[in-house]
Amino acid sequence: MRWLERLRMRIQMLFNRGDAAANLDDELRFHIEQQIAENIASGMGADEARHAALRSFGNPVLLREQARATWSWNWLELLLCDIGYGVRTLSRTPGFAAIAILVMALGIGANVALFTIVRSVLLKPLPFQDSNRLMRLYEQSPDDKFPYNDSAGGVFAEWKKQSRSFSDLAILSGFGGYNLSGSVEQLPEGVRAAMFSWNVLPTLGVQPALGRNFTANDDKPSANPTVLLSWGLWKRRFGGNPSIVNQTVLLDAKPYTVIGVMPAWFAYPNAAVQLWTPIYYQMPATEMNAIDSHDFVAIGRLKPGVTETQAVSELTLITRRLHDANLDNPFVSKGASIRPLLESLVGDIKTPLYVLLAATGCLLLIACLNVANLLVARAAARRKEQAVRTALGGSRLRLLRQHLMESLLLSACGGAAGVLLAIGVIQWVVHTRHDMVRMEAIHLDGVAVAFAAGLVVLCALFSGFISSFTAKGDNVLTALQESSRANSAGHGRTRLRAVLLSLEVGLTVVLLIGAGLLLKSYARLRSVDLGCMTRNVLKMDFALPEARYSKPAQRANFFDALLERVRNLPGVEAAGFVSPVVPGDGYGGDSGFSIPEHPAPPRGKLLYALHRWTDPGYFAGIGIPILRGHTFDGTQQPGHATEVIISDAFAREYFSGEDPIGKQLLSLGHHPFEIVGVVGDTRFTAGEAAQPSMYFALDATDDMNNATLVVRSGGDVTQLAMPIQRIVAQMDRDLPVSGILTMDQVVGRSTQDASFNATLLMVFAGLSLLLAAVGLFGVLSYIVAQRTSEIGIRIALGAQREQVLRLMLLDGLRPALVGLVLGLAASVGTARLIRSMLYGTQPLDPAVFTVVAAMLVLVAALACMVPAWRASRLDPMQALRME
Amino acid sequence: MGKPNDLVQGTLDMLILKTLLPEPMHGWAIGKRIQQLSGEVLQVQQGSLYPALHRLEQQGWIKAKWAESETGRQAKFYSLTAAGRKQLEAETANWSRLSAAIDLIVSEA
Repeated sequence: MRWLERLRMRIQMLFNRGDAAANLDDELRFHIEQQIAENIASGMGADEARHAALRSFGNPVLLREQARATWSWNWLELLLCDIGYGVRTLSRTPGFAAIAILVMALGIGANVALFTIVRSVLLKPLPFQDSNRLMRLYEQSPDDKFPYNDSAGGVFAEWKKQSRSFSDLAILSGFGGYNLSGSVEQLPEGVRAAMFSWNVLPTLGVQPALGRNFTANDDKPSANPTVLLSWGLWKRRFGGNPSIVNQTVLLDAKPYTVIGVMPAWFAYPNAAVQLWTPIYYQMPATEMNAIDSHDFVAIGRLKPGVTETQAVSELTLITRRLHDANLDNPFVSKGASIRPLLESLVGDIKTPLYVLLAATGCLLLIACLNVANLLVARAAARRKEQAVRTALGGSRLRLLRQHLMESLLLSACGGAAGVLLAIGVIQWVVHTRHDMVRMEAIHLDGVAVAFAAGLVVLCALFSGFISSFTAKGDNVLTALQESSRANSAGHGRTRLRAVLLSLEVGLTVVLLIGAGLLLKSYARLRSVDLGCMTRNVLKMDFALPEARYSKPAQRANFFDALLERVRNLPGVEAAGFVSPVVPGDGYGGDSGFSIPEHPAPPRGKLLYALHRWTDPGYFAGIGIPILRGHTFDGTQQPGHATEVIISDAFAREYFSGEDPIGKQLLSLGHHPFEIVGVVGDTRFTAGEAAQPSMYFALDATDDMNNATLVVRSGGDVTQLAMPIQRIVAQMDRDLPVSGILTMDQVVGRSTQDASFNATLLMVFAGLSLLLAAVGLFGVLSYIVAQRTSEIGIRIALGAQREQVLRLMLLDGLRPALVGLVLGLAASVGTARLIRSMLYGTQPLDPAVFTVVAAMLVLVAALACMVPAWRASRLDPMQALRME
Repeated sequence: MGKPNDLVQGTLDMLILKTLLPEPMHGWAIGKRIQQLSGEVLQVQQGSLYPALHRLEQQGWIKAKWAESETGRQAKFYSLTAAGRKQLEAETANWSRLSAAIDLIVSEA
């Protein structure tokens, strides 16, 4: 029954603590009364008896504490007491508390946000069944330059037929789009789409939320057209009505039966895709059987027990056999490779995200160092108080606990604010970077909050222990004596603070240099000449539905009529069409070619160049100079293209030393073309060098439904977007226009990653610089305050004010300079780590290093100037009288 | 001023339990009784006595009740619980064993 008694006791001690305390006082008072009574009985006078009793009783406060220490829940009481005490001391210096909390909030917030992003994007498994067995299959590019090349339909078919390593293999294409036009009232709209083979969803282990998946019967050229809708599209456009299943919608003016709706979370291959169609129905059989046209994404599920290496060697064997059987075709790959599906999706953003995470880690460390620094200053200022408390019987452990409680309170408040900050940051990132892969997977969840709590404890211990580190060795007597004559106080603390500051400055330098390098890369990237005009040029994309524009002449008529009307719009200086993409908007695809007059290239060596289809006015429209020859002369008949225009890079590479004009080229399936012109180079993306390109006449091809209109204006070109859309609506009211962007925006998009990374890192580096400056300022102010009387004596003895100024400045700048040297040394190493993120900038760029060093010295000098100046202005009389 | 560990802690606990065996007592009287019974050799300091009493109470070996003292004032009287009695037996047995063993060693010389 003892446990029952103890339980009763515990409950009583928890809820009747006040009574228990009163009882304890009464009990002790009774003891003293008894003692007095006994003393009187033994013959003492009343007063004497009382004094003797009290003397023999000892320190009543301590005794009460010791008795209370045996009570249960004492730890809780002490904890509450410490918290209360911490809150009171902190609220006595609200400025200090606010700064420390803000600093912690910035550090913790940035870390929680980046941690959440890294975890959601890079680490969290894909939301598919047993997703670590899911692989993406690649061909190695025929020239062996790139191991992760897309797969050709014919190669995939061989893999599927022969491979034994996978339980399922599926093929898809993520690039597609339809003009979705429905019932009468609804506006047409361009939607992004993906094409899936029927077994993509079973391979992933996903079921539609509504309706059914494609069957093998849907997935062949002769099938009835079917489509799966995304949850978002279904909700938005069809009001979430379940009866949509088995109804028809018009895609590119062709009726498709809706067979199902995907779950809301499903975002494969990316979140922009809004509907899925069967690939073998959609793509021509020739394309799906071609072994040299690398256009598709192949995925597979590894069988249990089969390793990646085994699968790769098997696929490579199959591919190699195919290659050897088609030696005359240089575009057939020789090998294959695979990597986990997750890796294939996020591989590109791994380095930047980890770099940013490391940067936030540095920021947090700097924040902790700063708070520790502030706490050290406080501890020094409260030395006397601590000594008095020790003298009154406060145990060291108890004092240390209170000290830690203060830093824990600061970190906890900072952590709470930081989580709020992180929520904001994450929302901002998801909003601004919805183009980034797996953005839809980012959520601040319990793990992130636990991570924040962990950071809080870590920061509290780190800053608390560093600052109480020196308090440990204090002797009560010296503390009390020293603070009465403070002319050389606290050398140990000053040194500690200088070390902390050097570390802080060093980390700041690392961040600044990283940010500087990225910023310079970004500037380089932005100033890259695409090879065409970008000011006041607008582009917009059209996709002519196959059903209504099946003949080349129909398309040519549409393009010509639209161009005619657009060119007549007031304000339009020039206009033209290009397909598939304008410069800076992506690779757009390439074609092989051969030059009949030249000796055949060695077997296996392939010649290929970017391909573009344009109307004759495109070059003038977007400002690509015609260097030799002329543009298409308008005699190109639909379906009978005979002319090609090449880029300068093409001419340099394949016609060095001869005039390419008039030469023959075999391309697009060994059709003969005559080179009629050479035009200036353009870049397909800002970060890549200009590639050899071929331009064919848009009107003369027989299967070109997508095209981009380019319009140049003398003034604000965006004003023209609406009038042009109105013209389009008049010509075909079901035709949507998409991708309306100025060329400046196109460039902005292709440099978005660089801009994003550079901006974020710049913000982190800026914050660190600010923190370091505040730290320097604080330390020097503290030193000046400590040495007031010493400086007073120096001045009184005749030291010049300039000397004092120099002395104090040097004192403050020394840790900054040490930190600078440390930081520069560390940056030499870290800059190499971000080499892959740099463009046109060396990791050891001397300009960046110089600017950072100069900026740091300047900021440090500014931060130290105020306290140093104040020291030099000291009135010696006043300084000495203050003692 | 005595420190709490003047007497070995466990020994003080045993002495208190033993003192309380015949009748309930308040703190002052317990101290006095131990002093008397030991022939004024053992002086229990308040700094040890009251923490020990409170600890024993938390452990459930003694329980406290407020009652009128001999002077007519309300005082906190401690008495043994059943568990306390058992604990006393255990500790006494342990003590006898220990002191006999120590005695053997000490008297050998």
